[in-house]
Amino acid sequence: MRIRVGHLYPDYLNIYADRGNIAVLAERARRRGHELDVEAIGLAGALRPGDVDLYYVGGGQDREQELVAHDLAGKAGALRAAVEDGAALLAVCGGYQLLGRFYRDVAGTELPGVGLLPLHTVAGTRRMIGDVLLDCPWAGRTLAGFENHAGRTILDPGAEPLGRVLAGFGNDGASGFEGCRHLRAYGTYLHGPLLPRNPWFADSVLADALAHRSGGEPPGLAPLEDELERAAHDVSAERARSRGGRF
Amino acid sequence: MRPPLALDLEAAALRAAGALSRLAGRGGGTTIPGKLLWKLDPAAIDQLARRLPRGSALVSATNGKTTTTAMAAQILRPALRVVHNDSGANLVSGVASSLLRMRDAELGLFEVDEGALPELARRLQPQALLLANLFRDQLDRYGELELVAARWREAVAGLPRARLVVNGDDPQVADLASERPGSIVFGLDDPAHARPALQHAADSKYCLRCGTPYTYAAAYVGHLGDYRCPNCGHARPALDVAARAIELHGLEGSAFTLAAAGGNRRIELRVPGLYNVYNATGAASLALSLGASLDEVAGGLARFTAAFGRFERIAVDGKRLLILLVKNPAGANEIVRTLVDAGAPRVAVIALNDDIADGRDVSWIWDVDFEPLVDGLETLVATGSRAEELALRFAYGGLARGRIEVVRSLEAALDRGLELTPAGGELTVLPTYTAMLALRRTVASRGHVANYWEQAA
Repeated sequence: MRIRVGHLYPDYLNIYADRGNIAVLAERARRRGHELDVEAIGLAGALRPGDVDLYYVGGGQDREQELVAHDLAGKAGALRAAVEDGAALLAVCGGYQLLGRFYRDVAGTELPGVGLLPLHTVAGTRRMIGDVLLDCPWAGRTLAGFENHAGRTILDPGAEPLGRVLAGFGNDGASGFEGCRHLRAYGTYLHGPLLPRNPWFADSVLADALAHRSGGEPPGLAPLEDELERAAHDVSAERARSRGGRF
Repeated sequence: MRPPLALDLEAAALRAAGALSRLAGRGGGTTIPGKLLWKLDPAAIDQLARRLPRGSALVSATNGKTTTTAMAAQILRPALRVVHNDSGANLVSGVASSLLRMRDAELGLFEVDEGALPELARRLQPQALLLANLFRDQLDRYGELELVAARWREAVAGLPRARLVVNGDDPQVADLASERPGSIVFGLDDPAHARPALQHAADSKYCLRCGTPYTYAAAYVGHLGDYRCPNCGHARPALDVAARAIELHGLEGSAFTLAAAGGNRRIELRVPGLYNVYNATGAASLALSLGASLDEVAGGLARFTAAFGRFERIAVDGKRLLILLVKNPAGANEIVRTLVDAGAPRVAVIALNDDIADGRDVSWIWDVDFEPLVDGLETLVATGSRAEELALRFAYGGLARGRIEVVRSLEAALDRGLELTPAGGELTVLPTYTAMLALRRTVASRGHVANYWEQAA
C-alpha cells in the first residue's frame, strides 16, 4: 500500500534529526511491501484532510518555531478534522508543544496552538536535558530517548500520556508523565531520534497509518530482525537509568 | 596588586602540579595547572595575560577553530614568540594553563570554546578576535544557536577596541561586525565550488532582519556562502579578504588565491577540502590584522600540515591511519564530501562516544549526510559507547547490515580496521572528540605517535 505522509515544515522544524524518524518509517514500510510517499507541507502549503495518512511534525529552535506557529494555527481546523477522521500523527518536541492549546513564553506572551492535544505548555527557566526511559502500559513496552526542552507541558485532567517516566524529566519534571496520545495522534519530547531505537513504536505508528489508508483496523506487521535496534534501545535505557535528568 | 614574584611562585607551583599529574599517569595533565589557577585565583589569569607585550588574539567558531588557530600560529611564529593552546584545551582552564607556561612569549594566540568566549574575552581583553562560523552543535551542551550568537554579541560589545575578523559568509557572524568600523570581513569568492543546494537541515537560512529565506548566489559549506534576502535586501557584506580560484586536490591538499588589501598571493595548502580553505582564509585575515606580511602568510600556510586529531596521518605497522575528527553535522558533512571526492574508503572505523565533550545527545549523526560513503563501503566498523546507534544510522542509510560490524571497544575496533586494511593501505578513522583522544592514546602507547602532552610541551 502507498502510505501518504505529510511532513509539516521540514525546512523549519528539523532540529533533532527528525529525518531519522522518517527514514525508519520508510524502510520498515518497504520491508513489509508498502511504500512511504512523503510530501513536505510548508508555510504556504494547503492541508487537505483525507489526503494524508500520517502527519509528522518535528522540533525547531525558538526562532523557527515562532516563524511557523501562526501558519500552523491557520491549519488547525483541518488538522483536527484529519485526526478525528482516523489519520495518524507523530509530533516531537517543538511540534508536540504546538499541538496543544497554547505555548506561553517566559515573558507571558502566548503562541497559539492547534488545540488537537489536551494540554498546554509554559516556558520554564531551566532546561530539562538528558536521557529518558518511559514505560508505556498501553503497549506493554518501553521507550528510550533524549529530551531537551525548557517548556513544561501540563496535561488536562484525564488526558492520556504517552508513557510514565521511569527515568528522566518528562513533560514537566514533576507529574511523572511524558508525552500525550489522543486517537491516533502521539506527541512527545523524546528525540534521539525516537524511532530507530524503538522499532515497536515505529511499527505501531505505521499500522495506524495503514489503518487510515485502508479504512480498517491497524494490521499486524511481520516482525523484522531488530537486533541492532534492541541493542541501541538497551544502551539508551541504561543511560537514562544512570544519568537521566531530575530536579 | 600582588607583587610579580608572588604570581611567578604561584605559576611555578601550578606547573609542578601538572607535571605530577602526568607522572601519576593521569592523562595529559595539560589543563590541571589552569584548573587549579581558575579555582584558586581567577584574577591571576587576567594578570598573566597583561604580561604579554603584544596582547592576545582569540579564535572561536563551531568548526575549524583548532585548525585555524594552528595555521595562524604557523604564520606568526617565525617573527613572534607565540603562546598557543595547541592541544585543543579551549576552555578557561586550558587557556590559563597555556598562560602558565608562556615563559617569554610576546603574543597569546588562543582557540576558545564558543561558550567560554564571553568569560575569556572579558579576562584577556584581546586585541583581535576572529569569529569564523556558527553551526548547530551539541544542543544539550551549548543550547540553541541563537543563544550562542547572543552571548557572542555581548562579548563583542564588551571589547570596544578589539579588532574584529569575521566570516562574512555566515550571516549571524558577519552581523557581529556590521557596526564596527575597521573590522576585517573574509569569505570565499569562487562560485565554481558552490554546492547545488543548501545541505539538509542547514542553519541560519532565514534573514536576520525579516525572517525571509535567503537566496544564495553560492552556498559553500552548510549555510556559509554568498547570501541575499530577496525581501529586504540584507546581504553578505563586501569581503576585505577573499579566497578565489580554488583548487581541491583530493585528500592531498588544496590551493587558492588570497585576495587582500595588500595584493593577491597564491596559497598552497597541504590539507584538503573547502572547509580548510575557510580555515586558511580566516587564519590569513587574522595574521594580516596582526601585522603579518603576505609572504609570511603564504609561507606559514604552506608549512602547515595538520592540527591535533584533525586530518592526522599516523604510520602503524606498514599501514597508515587517517584520523578525521567528526563532531557535528556541518563538519562531518565536509569530511564526507572530501573523502568521497578523493575516492570513498572501502573500510572505515567510525567511533561515536557520548561523553559531555562529544555531546550526550547523539541525534546529530542522523543529520549528517553519510549516504555518499555507503556505496563504496565494504565494511564499516562501528565503535564507541554508542556504536549500535551509529550502526543503525548506516543501516537505515542503506548499508547492508552484513557489512556493519559493531565492536564496542575502540582498541579492538582499531585492530579490526587495520586487519581489513591491506599492507601499504590507509585506514579511514572518524572519531568523535573523546574517541579521538582515546584512539591517539592507544596508538601512542604502541609507540606510533607522541602523546599530545609531549608534543604540546
